[in-house]
Amino acid sequence: MRPIAFTVALCLALVPAHADAAEPIDFNRDIRPILSDNCFECHGPDPSHRKGGGPNGLRLDVREDAIADRGGRFAIVPNDPDRSELVRRILSTDRDEVMPPADHRKTLNEAQKKLLVEWIRQGAPWAEHWAYIPPVRPDMPEPNIAKGNRIDRFIAAKLETRGLQPAPAADRRTLIRRVYFDLIGLPPTPAKVDAFLADQSPDAYDKVIDQLLASPHFGERLAIHWLDLVRYADTVGYHGDQEHQAAPYRDWVIRALNANMPFDRFTAEQLAGDLLPDSTTDQKIASAYNRLNQTTHEGGAQDKEYLAKYAADRVRTTASVWLGATLGCAECHDHKYDPYTQKDFYRFAAFFADIQERGFYDSPNTSPTTRPPEMELPTPEQAAQLANLQARITEIETTIQSPSGAGVPPASSSPSGAGVPPANPSNSEALKTELADLKKQHAALRRDLPRVMITVAVEPRTMRILPRGDWMNESGEVVQPGVPEFLSQINTDNRATRLDLARWLTSPDHPLTARVFVNRLWQLYFGVGLSRVLDDLGSQGEWPTHPDLLDALAVEFIESGWDIKHMIRLMITSDAYRRASVPAADHLRLDPANRYFARQARFRLPAEIIRDNALSVSGLLVSDIGALRSARPYQPKGYYAHLNFPEREYVPDTDRNQYRRGVYMHWQRQFLHPALKAFDAPSREECIAERPVSNTPQQALTLLNDPTFVEASRVFAERILREATPPDFDAQLTFAYRELLSRTPQPRETDLLRKLHDQHLADYQADSEAARELISTGLAPVPEDLDPAQLAAWTSITRTLLNLSESITRD
Amino acid sequence: MFTDTTRRAFLGRTSFGLGSLALASLLNPSLLRAASARPAGGIVNPLHFAPRAKRVIFLCMAGGPSHLETFDYKPKLAQLDGQPMPESYTKGQPIAQLQGEELRILGPRAKFRRYGRSGQEISDFLPHTASIADDLCIIRSMTTTQINHDPAHTVMNTGTSISGRPSMGSWILYGLGSESDSLPGFVVMTSRYGRSPQPIASRQWHSGFLPSVHQGVELHSHGDPVHYIRNPRGVTTARQRDVVSAVQSLNSFHNEAVHNPEIATRIAQYELAFRMQTSVPELMDLSDEPSHILDMYGTQGADGSFAANCLLARRLAERGVRFIQLYHRGWDHHGDLVKYMNMCCDATDRASAALVTDLKQRGMLDDTLVIWSGEFGRTPMFQGKGADPGRDHHIKGFSLWMAGGGIQPGLTFGATDELGYHAVQNPLEIHDLHATMLHLLGIHHEKLTYRFQGRDFRLTDVHGKVVREVIG
Repeated sequence: MRPIAFTVALCLALVPAHADAAEPIDFNRDIRPILSDNCFECHGPDPSHRKGGGPNGLRLDVREDAIADRGGRFAIVPNDPDRSELVRRILSTDRDEVMPPADHRKTLNEAQKKLLVEWIRQGAPWAEHWAYIPPVRPDMPEPNIAKGNRIDRFIAAKLETRGLQPAPAADRRTLIRRVYFDLIGLPPTPAKVDAFLADQSPDAYDKVIDQLLASPHFGERLAIHWLDLVRYADTVGYHGDQEHQAAPYRDWVIRALNANMPFDRFTAEQLAGDLLPDSTTDQKIASAYNRLNQTTHEGGAQDKEYLAKYAADRVRTTASVWLGATLGCAECHDHKYDPYTQKDFYRFAAFFADIQERGFYDSPNTSPTTRPPEMELPTPEQAAQLANLQARITEIETTIQSPSGAGVPPASSSPSGAGVPPANPSNSEALKTELADLKKQHAALRRDLPRVMITVAVEPRTMRILPRGDWMNESGEVVQPGVPEFLSQINTDNRATRLDLARWLTSPDHPLTARVFVNRLWQLYFGVGLSRVLDDLGSQGEWPTHPDLLDALAVEFIESGWDIKHMIRLMITSDAYRRASVPAADHLRLDPANRYFARQARFRLPAEIIRDNALSVSGLLVSDIGALRSARPYQPKGYYAHLNFPEREYVPDTDRNQYRRGVYMHWQRQFLHPALKAFDAPSREECIAERPVSNTPQQALTLLNDPTFVEASRVFAERILREATPPDFDAQLTFAYRELLSRTPQPRETDLLRKLHDQHLADYQADSEAARELISTGLAPVPEDLDPAQLAAWTSITRTLLNLSESITRD
Repeated sequence: MFTDTTRRAFLGRTSFGLGSLALASLLNPSLLRAASARPAGGIVNPLHFAPRAKRVIFLCMAGGPSHLETFDYKPKLAQLDGQPMPESYTKGQPIAQLQGEELRILGPRAKFRRYGRSGQEISDFLPHTASIADDLCIIRSMTTTQINHDPAHTVMNTGTSISGRPSMGSWILYGLGSESDSLPGFVVMTSRYGRSPQPIASRQWHSGFLPSVHQGVELHSHGDPVHYIRNPRGVTTARQRDVVSAVQSLNSFHNEAVHNPEIATRIAQYELAFRMQTSVPELMDLSDEPSHILDMYGTQGADGSFAANCLLARRLAERGVRFIQLYHRGWDHHGDLVKYMNMCCDATDRASAALVTDLKQRGMLDDTLVIWSGEFGRTPMFQGKGADPGRDHHIKGFSLWMAGGGIQPGLTFGATDELGYHAVQNPLEIHDLHATMLHLLGIHHEKLTYRFQGRDFRLTDVHGKVVREVIG
């Protein structure tokens, strides 16, 4: 063996960028990410392409294999880098020997090499991947300065090691805006801001939190996140992208979150609401979760092929939602990085094999389409109407069939016949006409009833492993439902059900579910997860910046009885949450990405909330909770021109539904509303745990020119002119700023906008036709009692204000 | 009233009408550079190879044209017309609409001739394409994995049928960046004429998990060419400029307090948006094209036809747009194949050839890769949806052509079996097409990756080989 031209002592000076200087090497934090990213592809869990000495290749994800004797050679000899082949190979300069191979796209940098050598020198200790070990409540850290709540102790301890000073507390205006947008997705009114600013009691903030957590808008805000995860949409997704029936499920999510349904129940009702004893209507609606996958009505689609696609879709989604796992990668082969086998994939799919469905829905090309089984959900009025119609139908049918000839007279108007006068053969024709008419009414009413796809369990389909994911290959082993084999198993003598799966996911010692969920909550309120990759807590995910905090939160979540609001309260009452978001110079230097939370995050608001904000300040927002039919705001004409089977024309709502919150907007998977799409709302074809936050010219065009925002601007302008007192420019602008930004304008802002106002006022006075055009945008009535030029000039100001970065940013 | 010009001059003097230069000085110049609105530099820098092509124009014949009536002549089919399809070909193969039906052979419904010095074999349906035979590289051995339109398009664009992955245009824009400072780097246009236009999802030009700035932007022929590109009614360009300038100034004031690089980016994006409000209508206005050019393409103006879109594609290419994709919907010929081939070819043949010729005469064909392809081909078997015969979807062998951008012209590459069923000589996967396309653009397809869900994704997944034989 060649000597190693390397001095081990050197390496002590070297630490990876993310490791804490003072801490010893930690396998999961420091070593696994290097091995996983650079080596596991060929020396990991997947045997099909595994390379290296011996019949089964070399595994570096398992210690026994890595230190095994390979004919006198050892990949790793603990404590002895000089005898470790791994060390020789990673340090080699020989193209034929170096690892990763010279033609591989990955290379190790010097720091990584030195770390691996030092780790072997220290004995090459292994540890199971952190996220697969059930979380235990960690010891509370004892930072020098212990302020705030329990979370702050963990945050402070890290800040101290990193030499970071926490930012000061955010001012109260910023704080109340932050917490309003985070918890209910709506801006605080000036009155709410003033009350909070004036409230000097120590629990002023807690009172605001109480109100917001109890608000029915809370569920709407958090639902946006959940609906992204479960890929809720109003259309089938494939090919003709016809509408399907899902809206009641969205309402159920909002209700459940508002009611603070414990997360274990929330889980069980969605995965297996139909299997719960005496399941309620609500639980059946919740089970629509299993039906939200994309489906096809494309002629020529093969049932089996699409059933295989749907099965894979459910595995990808369910594993991503609850396990933060990329189990979908194991459809064709064992996972490259994590110990998920291909068999695990198909066993997981088998949980859903009892769902009544078809691969190819050959229903006529209509939209909305039907995807049985569906449940009708008549409103009380509709139920009464239906009952009345049915009663009268039965009455007439009985009469007609009755040999005695006793019958009822034709009803004049009301379908519910009152009384049964004697028979008269002359009216039997009239009765038949009425019967036909009633049946038509009954059918029409039923056709328009709100409906929702639900889960109905039937005899499970046979589930087999599909070699390389090929649905035509029937040579694979038949599998039964089961959870990944390396995790703790479900104990049952019977075929495991979706309900068993739900209970397993939320069992108190489950290593993943609670961590995954609290990590995502943390991201919602702090901008970045404690482990950054929200959809992968596996080997290729990221070692958490605060592993103890993540575990403490996960344990707290489980022990609180999976209490979502409790966890949110814990997070947002921390000092860390309440900090200013403006970075100090040291923050930018030491922690530019704000991974240690010395300051708050700031980020652009989600697409739906940008809309809600504009509608809210203009007063146009219709804040009803729930929508059995999705809302259709203005949308560019012809946007659905590429849809077919059937061809479709989008008809914007002309009633209150025009002004509903974004969460209720019609979600067309193939052609998502351009305003939603511009601001990064996902198509919801696949599970999305974290939306990208982009900054594009389409966003500028949307805020400047989308009629929704132009109308909101001109109606906001109208409010300003009507409500600001005294009716002078300064008071009006102050009113506008307080409504939209919860602050007063600065002098230079006032100066600039005064000039804009004066100029556009003169301009629109000279061009009254243009003024009238601008103030007629949208359906809202055009005020006849206001000067059009004045209103148009103010619309220029409100358009400006709604376009500000500050208006669409949560600080 | 001011005219727009005098108003602009006037605005220069007002304090809310900060010009871009004044605005830039308010900002940290390095922030402004970082915030450049367009994805100027791509991630691949320097390029992995010397590029042969700088841009791609992809002519997608949506619905799946028959290779057997365009570029792949099979005399054997004529001999066996009406005979049962030998089971040895079809056993265990995926079948679309012909599931469960008797499979009979349908002879070619077109005559073929050889054209040009290269002697490329092309059907009579495509006289104009035939006239540029020597510029074309015809590939007769394409295969794909999905037999239904929607997933087959998704495979063609993203390399997989799973939704949510970036399209090839987005990958290329991510890799190379854009050369346009007033237009999106990835533009899509559609037209329809033919049989049963199949739906096209915007998923086909989505950026998937790549940053959304790399998303394809659709240019519409009716209504606003780009969504929200038009000012609100009652707002002139000058008034819009006033509002944008006020937004810019107020944002820069705000940024003095909060030091948020996103604000600098946003300011740059507003400038780009405002420029687009001018550049897009200019682009769409074909009145500056001479009549012989309009005639060559066969269009009178931006009327939403494939011909107009081809001309617009050339204009986009001239303006530095990186990836231009045209869909023509109408090629799903399950029945009445001859009638609908005539319609589709009428709509597309002249313009496709004109595009190549026009690029060539402007010296742009050398660095523009043009690709003409369906999402799949059609069966050698008869299908009877209509008065006259048609063909079903077919994925085991079909044809496409490429031109320009470093492609070997005048070459026919690959072959299907004697019945036009399986690609048997040099069969190519979509991944190979992608790998070759990236190669021509100077990108090693294995090295253009993006980390998502813990994995380094590629356009070519774990597949793809560069087809060196088709490179000139």
